[in-house]
Amino acid sequence: MDIHEYQAKEILSSFGVTIPRGGIVYSPETAENKAREIGGSRWVVKAQIHSGARGKAGGVIVCNSPLEVAQATDKLLGKKLVTNQTGPEGKIVNRIYIEEATDIEKELYLGLVFDRASESIMVVASTEGGMSVEEIAKEKPDSIIRSKIEVAVGIQSFQARELAFGLGIEPELIRRASDTIVGCAKAFSELDATMVEVNPLVISKQKQILALDCKMSFDNNAMFRRDKVSELRDKTQEDEKEVYASDRGLNYVSLDGNIGNIINGAGLAMASMDMIKLAGGEPANFLDVGGGATPEKIVKAFRLITMDKKVKVILVNIFAGINRCDWVAEGIVQALEKIEIKVPLVIRLAGTNVEKGNKILRDSKLNYIEANTLEDAANKAVTALKSK
Amino acid sequence: MTVLIEKNTKILIQGFTGKMGTFHAEEMIKYGSDIVGGVTPGKGGQKHLDRPVFNTVKDAVKHTGATASILFVPPAFAADSAMEAADAGIKTCVAIVDGIPSHDMIRIKRYMRRYSRNEKMTLVGPNCAGIISPGKSMLGIMPGHIYKEGRVGVISRSGTLGYEAAEQMKNLGIGISTSVGIGGDPINGSSFRDIIEKFETDDETDAILMIGEIGGPQEVSAGEFAKDNMKKPVIGYIAGLTAPKGRVMGHAGAIVSAYGESAIEKVEILKECGVTISKNPSVMGDTVKSVLDKM
Repeated sequence: MDIHEYQAKEILSSFGVTIPRGGIVYSPETAENKAREIGGSRWVVKAQIHSGARGKAGGVIVCNSPLEVAQATDKLLGKKLVTNQTGPEGKIVNRIYIEEATDIEKELYLGLVFDRASESIMVVASTEGGMSVEEIAKEKPDSIIRSKIEVAVGIQSFQARELAFGLGIEPELIRRASDTIVGCAKAFSELDATMVEVNPLVISKQKQILALDCKMSFDNNAMFRRDKVSELRDKTQEDEKEVYASDRGLNYVSLDGNIGNIINGAGLAMASMDMIKLAGGEPANFLDVGGGATPEKIVKAFRLITMDKKVKVILVNIFAGINRCDWVAEGIVQALEKIEIKVPLVIRLAGTNVEKGNKILRDSKLNYIEANTLEDAANKAVTALKSK
Repeated sequence: MTVLIEKNTKILIQGFTGKMGTFHAEEMIKYGSDIVGGVTPGKGGQKHLDRPVFNTVKDAVKHTGATASILFVPPAFAADSAMEAADAGIKTCVAIVDGIPSHDMIRIKRYMRRYSRNEKMTLVGPNCAGIISPGKSMLGIMPGHIYKEGRVGVISRSGTLGYEAAEQMKNLGIGISTSVGIGGDPINGSSFRDIIEKFETDDETDAILMIGEIGGPQEVSAGEFAKDNMKKPVIGYIAGLTAPKGRVMGHAGAIVSAYGESAIEKVEILKECGVTISKNPSVMGDTVKSVLDKM
């Protein structure tokens, strides 16, 4: 789960990370007031969307008067911002963060991620802040320093100090820099985060160490014990169909193609998408209805797929194990009594009682194309698409 | 020998009396697995499915001599149950449950470092289908009848894709020595490398099929291990050719976030390691057959 910049800043601030003064607003009027409340003579108006690279997309505006702050807020609110991370449809701006402008002396990078190879939390830092970590890795790999946090004991002061010195931070600021790194690490561990990124972490001309932009992501599997973090979820930043799916216990990812899929199991779903591609088609989605593929889940899956106007063919691929093909077939027949399908439907069943399952489908009034293997199913879906 | 479980391996069900535990215990008993009892704290002393229920894993091990266990407990309690199993001397533990927080998985693995290599439990999963040695024992939730007894070892992150492979192989007359589902989470108990190493020394396994997917470094590290240390042939398939970067594809661990984690990159690296690649998921069985035919 991702959260907004301002939410990440609030969290990190509570762990001892210093952030510029700022506040969240929802209208130009409150923006103007907020600017006066913050004080100073320059402000930054920042569109809050779940994406990086907002600056390049025009989502970050520097202003020299409260009136300009109001105008910038007016310009951004309600707009769809398209960045290189949002896809062409962009993301809607519903919240604006107003922040005092910082006189930057130096920009640094600080990130914490799960390192799957060492199964620990990895701190990654670089003197080349402001660029994405991928760009840093490509263009200035030597600037990157790393430190592994032993999860059982948490980050140690010496590790934070080593990182701070490694970043070339002057001695009188080492303490503040270490506190910042320790704060980020504690927030990561204590809130079940999967990623914390402060980019840039800046040293201001006034010799403050400030988190200028922050990002945090959290482990969805741990949200049952993180009520406060769960509340930060902003569904307006997620794909509408993906929200519909996750609310109904389906694993769904919206894609660009036109062959809709209903599959049980994540691996089999990815494999089926690959077969569609190899057969010359493009998948419209990833959809895993769960290993069990219960009739209720199948009904929900059909409702979801038929919401997607791009879909021109539907491919159902179920490998029935403990649940049997005859149950699955009955589930499909029942689902399609409730939901009208206007596009060609290819169904491939495999596993336990496959003959019985196929017989149920054949004996029903269902208009569909039967397939036997994974390859056969993908080929028939692509053929159905082309013959339309 | 077989990897991890034998015909007479004594098995405990943790979370025995719950709906999931009961259903799958019955399936395993039908398959012929030696289920000797189970653990549900607070229900010790009762009988369930004609078998004793214990309050703690230690009690259960003491009275039954169990060496393996399978967890059917909710995600919030799974880490605790796995550590309890490790501490009670269980040798092989399968965690079926989907949804264990990654931080908990790391804690389990750190906890298990207290045991010496010989005493250490092998944890398989979470978010997996479990282990089956066809014709001998099943410690999982798979449909046992699709697995033919034989001499190919199978390791898969995905459950249903593992079933798909087992059925393709069965249709070609190829059997399986042991199939291990290592699960779809980013941090898992046993990696491809951990299991492939066991297959290399298993005298009932001639070749290994490794079914991987996008995300994480495990397929590559197993490939490198195979290149340097293995004589038995390895066949591989990687799912997720069409998966977009940075998106989680169902499995919490199926996300491309670094170089070498996409399907194309993994396939290239595995080929360099001498792994025979199944070019699509429909020919996993055929690819295994072609490798066996050359042996």
